[in-house]
Order: sequence, then C-alpha cells, then structure tokens
Amino acid sequence: MLLELDDVHVHYGKIEAVKGVSVTVDEGEVVTLIGANGAGKTTTLKAVSGVRNVTGGRILFEGADITKVAPHRRVEMGICQAPEGRGIFPGMTVLENLEMGCYTRKDRKTGIKARDLERVYGLFPRLAERRTQSGGTLSGGEQQMLAIGRALMARPKVLLLDEPSMGLAPKLIAQIFQIITEISRQGTTILLVEQNAQQALRRADRAYILESGRVVKSAAAGDLLNDDTVRQAYLGGLGH
Amino acid sequence: MSTVWASVRLRRRGPLGISSSLQGAWTGLPRAARYTIGTVGVALLYLLPEIPLGLIETQGTKWESVLFFPILIYVMMAIGLNIVVGRTGMLDLGFVAFFAIGAYATAVLGGLHDWNWWLVLPTGIALAMAAGAILGTPTLRLRGDYLAIVTLGFGEIIRLTANNTESIGGPRGISDIPVPPNVGGLEFDNVLDDRPFYWLGLTLVVLIVFIVRRLERSRVGRAWTAIREDEDAAELMGVPTFTFKLWAFAMGAGIGGAGGTLYASQHRLASPGTFQLILSILFLAAVVLGGSGNLVGVIVGAAMIAYLPERFRGFEDKRVMLFGIALVVMMIFRPQGLIPSRRRAAELEDPVTPPEMADVSTSSQELAGYELGEVFGPGTVSLDKPFAPDPRSPAGDGDHG
Repeated sequence: MLLELDDVHVHYGKIEAVKGVSVTVDEGEVVTLIGANGAGKTTTLKAVSGVRNVTGGRILFEGADITKVAPHRRVEMGICQAPEGRGIFPGMTVLENLEMGCYTRKDRKTGIKARDLERVYGLFPRLAERRTQSGGTLSGGEQQMLAIGRALMARPKVLLLDEPSMGLAPKLIAQIFQIITEISRQGTTILLVEQNAQQALRRADRAYILESGRVVKSAAAGDLLNDDTVRQAYLGGLGH
Repeated sequence: MSTVWASVRLRRRGPLGISSSLQGAWTGLPRAARYTIGTVGVALLYLLPEIPLGLIETQGTKWESVLFFPILIYVMMAIGLNIVVGRTGMLDLGFVAFFAIGAYATAVLGGLHDWNWWLVLPTGIALAMAAGAILGTPTLRLRGDYLAIVTLGFGEIIRLTANNTESIGGPRGISDIPVPPNVGGLEFDNVLDDRPFYWLGLTLVVLIVFIVRRLERSRVGRAWTAIREDEDAAELMGVPTFTFKLWAFAMGAGIGGAGGTLYASQHRLASPGTFQLILSILFLAAVVLGGSGNLVGVIVGAAMIAYLPERFRGFEDKRVMLFGIALVVMMIFRPQGLIPSRRRAAELEDPVTPPEMADVSTSSQELAGYELGEVFGPGTVSLDKPFAPDPRSPAGDGDHG
C-alpha cells in the first residue's frame, strides 16, 4: 500500500470536519474522493499533504507513519499537492513556477530538470507557449494546468489533486481529466478530490464517497457510476 | 484582507513607465558595464560630503550630519525592513524595536561594560537577530493584520521597558556611549565631524546590500518570494515556510540592530524617547514609497523620506504637513512605489477574471450533455499534439490586455 489513511480525524477548532476517514491508495491507482461541499474532501487531502494537523488516526506512506512529519518533508518523500483554485505564484513566470515544483529535489541537475520540464510541456503545450508570462496573467484553465504541472515537477510518487475542475468550463474540464488520465498512464499514482463526480468516476479506478466527514461508500469507480443511489445523489440522475 | 494590509498592498493597474524602461536598459547592459557604473556610483556616494552641492544640501543643518542621520540610517533600516515586508510579505509595524535593541546593546555593553566597539557591533546585531527570532517564533504563525498588531505592540513594549528600567537609565537613557576607535585619519571622537560615521555607515550599507543581493538570488530568495506570493502553495511545494519566515525576520532585525548600534554611537545617547512609533511608520513608508521588494527602490525611498523634511526645515511645522500631503499624493498616483519591483507589480496587477469561470454545478450539469468523444475524438490524448485552440473561450488566445 502506497498511502494509507487510518481513521483520520481533523478538527477546525471545535468543529470536527473529518470524522474517522480511512482511505487506501495503491501504487499506480487513481483514487477519487467525491462528495458534496463541506463533506471533508479537501480537508482530508490537506491532512495527507500535511498543511492540516490530524487530531486522531494515522497516515502511512510506504509503510512509514508520517502523521507528524512536516509538510515540506512529505514533499521530499514523494507526496505533492496541486492546491485548490489558483494556488500558483502570480508574480513568477510560468517557468519559475514550474521550477518551484522541484524546490526540494536534490537531483536538480540541469539534464534531469530539463527532461521533467519537457514532460510537463508535453502534457501542457499551452504552458510551453506561456513560459515567460507571469502566472497571475494566465486564464483559470491555464492556472490549473500550471498547478498540476508544478506539482509534477516534484516527481511525486503520489499526486494529490484538489478539485482540478473547479470553476472551469465543461470543455476545459474534459481536457484536464484527459491529462489526469495521461499522467496516471505515465506511472504516477493519483489521489483526486472532486465535486464533479461524473468525470471523476469515469477516470478513477476506485472511489470513496464522503458525507459530513465520513466515508459512506467505497467501491470500484465503475460500479459507483452504475449505482442507482449514487446516480441519484451525485450524478443528477443521469441516464433516466 | 483588511484595511491595514490593503493600504500597503494598494493596487493599481497600468504601465510602470520610465523607471521600468530604465530597469530594462540596466539589466540589458553587459556585466562589466554594470559593475563599472556601480563602482563609480558608490565612489560618488563616498564623496557626497566633500562635493559642494549648493541648493541640494540641507540649509541650516550640517549636510554631512544629515547624510549620516537621518539619511544613511533610514536607508539601512529600510533595507532591513524590506526583507521582512517587501521580500517575504510580512507586515511589521514595530521595526523600531530592533533599532532600539541595537542602540541599547551598544549603550550597555560599550558604555556600562566598556566593550570594544568592534565587538559591540556584531553583538548588537546578534542580539537584535535573537530578539527577532524570539519574537518571531510564536508570532510568525500569525498572518497579515494580526502579525502587524503583534509587532506594533512589541515596538511599544521595548520602548516602555527601556523607559521603566532604572538600571539602563530609565527615561534619561544612557549617554556614555563609546565611538569606534580612530582609524588613520578618521577621527570618530571628533564630535564636530560626522563624516567618519557617514563613511563607516556607507561601508556597512554596501556590505549589507551585497549580502542581501546574494541572498535574494539564492534558494532563500526564491523561498521568500514564494511565501510572499502564496504561503500555502509554498508549503505544498516543499518550502519550509516557517523557517524561512523566521530567517527573514531575524535578518531584517539584525540589519535594524546594526542601524541602532551606529546611531547610538554617533549620537552618544540611547534614550527611550528616540524610539517612538513614528519611526516604525516612517521606515515602513520608506519601503512602500520606494517600491516594496526592490532593493534600489527602498534605498531611494528611504533617502527621500529622510532628506526632504531636513531640506525643507525652513518651512518649520508646515513641512510635516507638506510631507504628509506628498506621501498621500504619491500613493494615489504611484502606489507601486518610485522604483517598483517588477515581480511585485505583476502580483499587484488585478488578476484577470477568466471568462470560463463558471458555477461548478452548472458546468457539471452542462457536461452531462457532452460525450467526451465529441470533444476530443476517439482515442486518448496525444502527447505530441497541442491542444486545439478553443474558439469559444477567449482564454485560448492568451491576450488579456
């Protein structure tokens, strides 16, 4: 098991946002957490990247307990998150943003970095065109691409994606999900948090449904896509 | 973001104008040319007290004294504060505290304990850095306005503590402060001649600028920039944000401490009355006026803030009002500062609201009508093929004016 959340609790002050979530992610998988606003998806992801402290339970990565490990150390270990919304550096150029992605890397020899840049530009040709433009002047979709590309520059073993479709037009959402599939095909494990259940379930291997801080259902993504109650609750009753 | 911070980060769009093209010309010059111009410039600065400047010189107050204080000291303080406010993006409203700590370190160690001045200087810097670290450790977890208020309080605590501690002179302060030992023709003990202090201070500033420049262009500088632009994202990219914030705070404090040491030696006095809140505000004004984040900018800004009120001493009390008006006008017409940092200017640009920003729920609803095959054609995405430009989305043409 690459990543394992074991009965994780997270509090914001006195409010418990995540009430004992257990999630496993195996190497090479795409696992998605879906659910409505406030279900605790993003908080769970933040617990994995370490920017939120857990108040109970454990997080294991490659078998080691990382519950108390600082966020920047987790990046070195191979966990990197593309933050929700526009979590890019607005004053830095696209290239500088991408370079921040390999900030912790010890092997920042130009050859390796150049190869990684090639890979990201291959996935996101738009970023190559914009490489000298500052991040803040990109469109929402481009910023999302930049956030994902930047996280990839860290060569993560598991890539955490927080609502990559947020605020994007349907066509761009489709593009982003195509790319997520491609990243997975190239061998990166992905833990994906999404409100767009339709797209997420199509692309993922397995899925967990969160409701008010708890996992209410977990199964192969394909099964959930055809599950009537799930269709009713999260897919707007499609296909009827 | 609430008001205090917002006023520091006042945003305004528009071209940066002349200074921007000058900056461009400067970076376009070959390295050797830049070094030559830089060296000549620094040499001219050393000669400033010697060259007759006519009306530029302050009237009624001794020009070489004004050059040292306030001008040079303000420049030094602004460079220190710029690391905290301009580079790392933490609002410090009590920077005078470190100035006071440097001054009192000099007074106590040099005056009461007879340490050699050259030992006092590094100790003063170290003590100010330590104070910065001690203040920073619990408070740098706060952001924006909260940090501003804590630092504001710290500045006052230091002043009031000095005021109420009899062993360091209470409100009278300490007046028996050593000067640096004379070196060659430089007589630091000549009360009538402030030029040796100016030259010593300038040497320190040159050294500090050199170090800060190197830092800004290193991994440390990139971490500072990342923290300023988006602290959460910096953390997610593996930047140990707290450590780097603490270092920025301590570095700034150390430079502030150096300023305090020099000031106290030259004035031969460290007293609580000197370290008023207004100094913190003026140092901050120097940073913002000059161009927060730009080293050259804050140096120019500090020199202006220090020089103008001295030059126009003839207007007596009206000069303070004129100075205030000038600041307000400046912030209305050039909020990014005299010589803005390009990167900061880009950060302060209004972010483009991309047209495809739409309500998530509607977009997923709409998506129901799409079949992926229709959008992309059959098969998976090809790595070699760039995205087809999207005719519907203006985001596709990349021109946001």
